[in-house]
Amino acid sequence: MTIGATHALTHVLYPYTPVPAQADPKPHHHRVLIIGAGPVGLATGLDLAQKGTPVLILDDSEGAGQGSRAICFAKRTLEIADRLGAGQPLRDKGVVWNMGRVFHGKNEVFTFNLLPEGGHRNPAFINLQQPYLEKFLVDRLRVLEAQGAPIEIRGRNTVTAVSQDADHVTLAIDTPDGPYTATADHVIAADGARSPIREAMGLSFKGRVFEDNFLIADVRMKAPFPTERWFWFEPPLHSAPQSALLHKQPDDIWRIDFQLGWDIDRTAELAPGKIRQRIDEFLPPGTEYDLVWTSIYTFQCRRMDAFRHARVLYAGDAAHQVSPFGARGANSGLQDADNLAWKLDLVLKGHAPDALLDTYHAERAAAADENILNSTRATDFLTPKSEISRIFRDAVLTLARDHPFARAMVNSGRLSTPSTYDGSPLNGTDALDGPARTRPGSPCPDAPLASGYLLDRLGGSFTLLAIGCPPPACPETAIPLRSLTLADADLTPDLRARYLGHAPRALYLIRPDQHVAARWADAAPDVIRTALNTATAQPCP
Amino acid sequence: MPLTTAPNIPDPDGFYDELLAAHAGLTKDQSDALNARLILILANQIGDRATLSQALAAARGRA
Repeated sequence: MTIGATHALTHVLYPYTPVPAQADPKPHHHRVLIIGAGPVGLATGLDLAQKGTPVLILDDSEGAGQGSRAICFAKRTLEIADRLGAGQPLRDKGVVWNMGRVFHGKNEVFTFNLLPEGGHRNPAFINLQQPYLEKFLVDRLRVLEAQGAPIEIRGRNTVTAVSQDADHVTLAIDTPDGPYTATADHVIAADGARSPIREAMGLSFKGRVFEDNFLIADVRMKAPFPTERWFWFEPPLHSAPQSALLHKQPDDIWRIDFQLGWDIDRTAELAPGKIRQRIDEFLPPGTEYDLVWTSIYTFQCRRMDAFRHARVLYAGDAAHQVSPFGARGANSGLQDADNLAWKLDLVLKGHAPDALLDTYHAERAAAADENILNSTRATDFLTPKSEISRIFRDAVLTLARDHPFARAMVNSGRLSTPSTYDGSPLNGTDALDGPARTRPGSPCPDAPLASGYLLDRLGGSFTLLAIGCPPPACPETAIPLRSLTLADADLTPDLRARYLGHAPRALYLIRPDQHVAARWADAAPDVIRTALNTATAQPCP
Repeated sequence: MPLTTAPNIPDPDGFYDELLAAHAGLTKDQSDALNARLILILANQIGDRATLSQALAAARGRA
């Protein structure tokens, strides 16, 4: 039997190398063991290692798998990547796009512009094949490793069994040289939608199944199309898919996505001749192209009941799954990583109680519900489930040609925006007459400073941000707390609009994941300490 | 803005007539489509979400 995945890889990134632990009869112990070196596992690992918490990542493969898979990465993902030191290669390689065009049959219904707000370092979206994201994250991992950061990745290490007791988790791992055992304080299961760990632990993953098949064909071609997202409802094709999408990726690759319906012959549909027939009809006559990657997928909208099972934490697709419409899969997975890493780091360092890990579920399950709601609504619009829903859908598309109000109802996927953790137990006081978008629980919006951008200055630890006032008196705390006071020249109009509103001054307590914990016009050290305690789930004194 | 259920159209017979006239000569499918467009246009005119919810509840009636 072959151990570990041996399917074709786009990039070999972590070839199997035997390690001494495999030969040691005594299991080696790790602080954090991450299962899965996809974007979520890698991001969580990088974040922990940058904070100095040792982490080992295991993957059953040796690199980034074939196929583009996720291709739309949102601003928030780029911001997280910046914090992890991997943002620049994503920006350099990714295709920036802002324009979308919606068609119904032969008619263009309307165009939209994402109109990204100015004063952000990152664009609203880039398109980039997922293997590139994984490669850039592993490149960053190698840099950290070379600098002596406590991070290691092992390819073709397949976890075959998992068990846990009060103080550790035990993993059985198989390799080309045979099995070995490892233990860990905590395990992060980032092993994808089919999560073998979730299956091994017998945990349910229930939700709504959408009875529809989608054909992805990524083609390489020199095409004159602009860098826009083109979406068709009922495209005028004899092969009659219900919807179609055309979207650009780097390297002259274009994503074409056809909605095929439920009763199809998968094998027949995947025959290259059949796929070419569809594409030939779709593209302008005579267009030359190569098929790069094809796949038929179905999807469900579902999540686990609990993202935390004692010492095992689930993240990304392993914990929740949505339809691809809206780019809420990989992007929300990166937000899981962003949320989990700092909490685990503080708990492992003894700075925060174990209860802080429960808030990972509280915050990210609520975010998953929000993503599932958006994704389900988009899917219902794309695939009307009854005669009357089709009548209304078509009425919206007809009206949208002439009437702007109906364009707001056209839903080919509401594009991923980060969740605000309203109602989170970690949120502290909102004692500022400030903008709603920076209330406690919000992800900090970027803003230009005199030179550079705000998010780059926030870093990855708790930060007390003083705007329009002198440096505040900081409380004495065990938890690392940075103080950042903006100079008057840094108070650009965008920064004022996003963080002050009508207020003349403000103090923000910002979490390591760059979400707002609390804010005040002014606060005494003991008030700040209370907010810091709340933000780290400390018991009330 | 609570849902107005008291008479509010100055010329109810004339409006009713015009509503039916708009459907004249249409097939069932075309009429269904027209009704859907009309509902969406009127809903946008109302705008207020609470009022729309009350209207939906009133339309569902006691059934």
